[in-house]
Amino acid sequence: MKNIPIEKIAAATPETVAQRIRGLSDRSIAWIFVAPTIFLLLAINIFPLIWTIWLSFTNSRVNRPNRDVEWVGLRNYERILSDSDIWNTMQATAHFLIWTIVLQVLIGFFLAFLINKKFRGNDLWTTIIVFPMMLSPAVVGNFWTFLYQPQIGLFNYVIAFFTGVDPASFSMIGDVNLAPWAIVIADTWMWTPFVMLICLAGLRSIPNSIYEAAECDRASKWRQFWTITIPMVLPFLMLAVLFRGIENFKMFDLVVQLTGGGPGNTTTLTSIDLKREAFEKWRTGYSSAYAVILFVTVFGLASIYVKALNKVKER
Amino acid sequence: MKSKHLMTVVASAIVAGSLPNAAAAEDLTLCWAAWDPANALVELSKDFETKSGHSVSFEFVPWTSFADRMLNELNSAGQLCDLMIGDSQWIGGGAENGHYVKLNDFFDANGIDMGDFIPATVTGYAEWPKNTPNYYALPAFGDVVGWTYRKDWFERPEIREAFKAKYGRELGEPATLEELKDIAQFFQGRDIDGTTVYGAAIYTERGSEGITMGVTNALYNYGFQYENPDKPYDLDGFVNSKGAAEGLEFYKELYDTATPPGSSNWYMSENIDAYKSGQVALQMNFAFIWPGVEADPNVGGGKSGYFPNPAGPAGQFAQLGGQGISVVAYSEKQEAALEYIKWFAQPEIQARWWELGGYSALREVVEDPGFADSQPYAQTFLDSMAIVKDFWAEPAYADLLLSMQERIHNYVVAGQGTAQEALDGLVEDWTEVFEDEGKL
Amino acid sequence: MSFSITEPKKGTKWFAGVLVVGYALITIAPLLWIIATGFKSPTDSISYPPKVIFDPSLEGYVNLFTDRTRATDDMLEAKGEPQTWYEQIARDQGTIISGPSRYGERFLNSIIIGFGSTALCMVLGTAAAYAFSRFRVPLKDDLLFFILSTRMMPPIAVAIPIFLMFRNLGLNDTHLGMILLYTAVNLSLSVWLLKGFIDEIPVEYEEAALIDGYTRFQAFYKVVLPQAATGIASTAIFCLIFAWNEYAFAVLLTSGTAQTAPPFIPTIIGVGGKDWPAVAAGATIFLVPVMVFTILLRKHLLRGITFGAVRK
Repeated sequence: MKNIPIEKIAAATPETVAQRIRGLSDRSIAWIFVAPTIFLLLAINIFPLIWTIWLSFTNSRVNRPNRDVEWVGLRNYERILSDSDIWNTMQATAHFLIWTIVLQVLIGFFLAFLINKKFRGNDLWTTIIVFPMMLSPAVVGNFWTFLYQPQIGLFNYVIAFFTGVDPASFSMIGDVNLAPWAIVIADTWMWTPFVMLICLAGLRSIPNSIYEAAECDRASKWRQFWTITIPMVLPFLMLAVLFRGIENFKMFDLVVQLTGGGPGNTTTLTSIDLKREAFEKWRTGYSSAYAVILFVTVFGLASIYVKALNKVKER
Repeated sequence: MKSKHLMTVVASAIVAGSLPNAAAAEDLTLCWAAWDPANALVELSKDFETKSGHSVSFEFVPWTSFADRMLNELNSAGQLCDLMIGDSQWIGGGAENGHYVKLNDFFDANGIDMGDFIPATVTGYAEWPKNTPNYYALPAFGDVVGWTYRKDWFERPEIREAFKAKYGRELGEPATLEELKDIAQFFQGRDIDGTTVYGAAIYTERGSEGITMGVTNALYNYGFQYENPDKPYDLDGFVNSKGAAEGLEFYKELYDTATPPGSSNWYMSENIDAYKSGQVALQMNFAFIWPGVEADPNVGGGKSGYFPNPAGPAGQFAQLGGQGISVVAYSEKQEAALEYIKWFAQPEIQARWWELGGYSALREVVEDPGFADSQPYAQTFLDSMAIVKDFWAEPAYADLLLSMQERIHNYVVAGQGTAQEALDGLVEDWTEVFEDEGKL
Repeated sequence: MSFSITEPKKGTKWFAGVLVVGYALITIAPLLWIIATGFKSPTDSISYPPKVIFDPSLEGYVNLFTDRTRATDDMLEAKGEPQTWYEQIARDQGTIISGPSRYGERFLNSIIIGFGSTALCMVLGTAAAYAFSRFRVPLKDDLLFFILSTRMMPPIAVAIPIFLMFRNLGLNDTHLGMILLYTAVNLSLSVWLLKGFIDEIPVEYEEAALIDGYTRFQAFYKVVLPQAATGIASTAIFCLIFAWNEYAFAVLLTSGTAQTAPPFIPTIIGVGGKDWPAVAAGATIFLVPVMVFTILLRKHLLRGITFGAVRK
């Protein structure tokens, strides 16, 4: 392709078209280049969003095409915000969100810190650690149910091997108290490498000269860690938290395959609940309102957070 | 080889084409759940392909998403399926929403008599409204919940002795649900050949229909009824009667005291896994698994026994499974699809169906003198088919099922509230659904 | 590397190395377990307690690619001796092969939809990124933020109207529908990443080309594109991995014809129960390409997963 002289193409192009292309102003080229992208995003992202907002004010049920769609005003929103089940789901989501972020940040940062010691072969081991996050969450989640089976899975036996607890004495996905942790563990397994990579970039962005200066001032390693390393990595860490936060607020595939939201509703995250309302109960209007509430929450929280992030960066 | 096969197809197509009134060769798509019997049907259908010249493709969806996906297909008037082996509870929706073709005229014209099929399967799979001669399907696969047990363990002298010492009676197939619970509790945590085993694998699955298909086996037998027999859709006092609450408590006690740890979201395949790997002495499951159990290297070949769901204080019933085969109204190949049903209804095909592991619902097959002895589970199948009861088959069945799944699972598995509260809540939910439907 | 006071001591390196290797081994264990399960027999796969040492078997792989029926005696007789090794394996389980399974189709769908959407996304994304990088587009910052924010929506939330829209347009369960959808979802990442890559290419090259009489168009594809090739390649792989692994839309919008592998794999059913070795075999085959890409991508990983916010 590269070797074909442009003149040949130009010669082969009808004069009018060639002239038109040649004569295009930068401005029109800019529009031609941007328009398809904007169009596709409008069609597949924004238009559905507007539709969702419209549906959220109706009693629509798409599995009953023959029924008239009525305008119900804010009734769907009132029902959702006063429904205690939804608050339980929000709690389950908050538990999942907070603990996955805490664990991933702690383990991820610690790993990055160790890898940054540049021992031999660190490149290879980093690549191995990164594998889980590149896999399909649904396929992985499905397999974790298998790993968590107390009788035939690996997880309980490994725990038993290290702690001496009877492998049959606990069930990660069957117990209402353990199941919220089962999904936290699987997600942490999968996504810690993500936080680790970002932290590693942060650590590597700190110029050696700063540490050298600190050495000259006889600052202890401990002090260097708290006054240099942590503040310099913080913007990176906060970015990692932002990305994980947004992703885990949307969490669906891994958990739905792993626990299906159970036992009871203990691991029914908002996305799973939303899927049930929208695609099992087919309460389209109601679930649209639910979706809108989720948007607003995500956008609200994310923009507050981004403001905080920018402040940290400015310092 | 391939070209020869092709030649036969072409040849039969030509022959078919030259016959008066014969339809052109069509490619039919048959939709069903992905499970053992479906594999057998593929094999069986090869005969239809050779005889008719039509070809049959299959769309099999796993049980846990079968209803979701197929109902979605039907509701959006999709043309994916020409033939649908839909679950028994879909028949109301299939008939009332016009998804299924009414088959009465076709049956009359082709001498297919519903009286030739097991009565429970005709009511369960083919009729809408129930108990009226309006047929929307041909009973295709008879199925019912029953129990499988480790006969080899039950026969061990030391186990028999220990059981007798504890309960004062011989260890054997239970006659009542109470006895079943005793047996399951007896095995729970017992050491057999160096491994800890558990009592029973029961249905607890939350996502589709699992726990409902399990718990009803206890509910029915303790006095649960779907509605007032004299007044349709009158639920209060029937769904949440005292007996029903006791039945639900029974199921929870069974779950709490006699099932393997971690069996909180189990349905057919998890129960099979648990049973085959030697974790449990008993399993609740649909009859379709029995041929597979018999063929299994670990638990097959006489090591397993079968019994129907035992009686409770209010009688003996078992949850009906199984499906009828219907022609989808949106299909453009209805002629060929009807041909398939006509072929499928023939006694010799039905007999072959049973041989391959498909539970034929044709009386000529199951009432054959040799039938009961043809397989170790054949008699249990017949006994079970005589006591069946089914879930709602209303058009709104999916909504009814969802609330039952949630209420029951939350009580039994997650331990929320009491049995009475769960059933009272169910009455509320169901009443709302029926009001929504305009039936109340 | 020359000695510096910030270079960690040998002991520290050792300690760090041991901890990291330890973590890596734990983290890789579930993956190895999946791969191992693929080579177990169905009986071994659900053995109680689990088996770490087992006789390797190809049953999982045979079961993955075939549909089988439990055979009766007369069927076995009619079939005669098995012709191939895989027929033999099926026969040993007491089954006969009735045809190929759906796995191949699903895998092919993943390839068509994955590569199709990636190619489309690269064409649209590179053009848009170039425009954003080089021209004064009105409302540029707003548009860029708008592009990014589309990624924040939970897929389930927009799935309802997309489902309705696709149903009306006849795009439900079609390859085209899924390609358009994944392209739209991936565009935000692509535009951000590609803009970063193009920003790094000095404008002087193009200006020189323009002075030489090239048009903008020619400058774009004769000067900019070759320079951005590495960037485009690594962006493409990220888009591909996303489309490859996506589940939520796939499970809701596809069924018979355009279903991809992720919703299919967990539902593989064998004869007489769930066939874990076949599921594991399907998962393994599905994971291999991604693992290869991960190794190829090592250097660009960070930029891709953080929307270009972090550069190494």
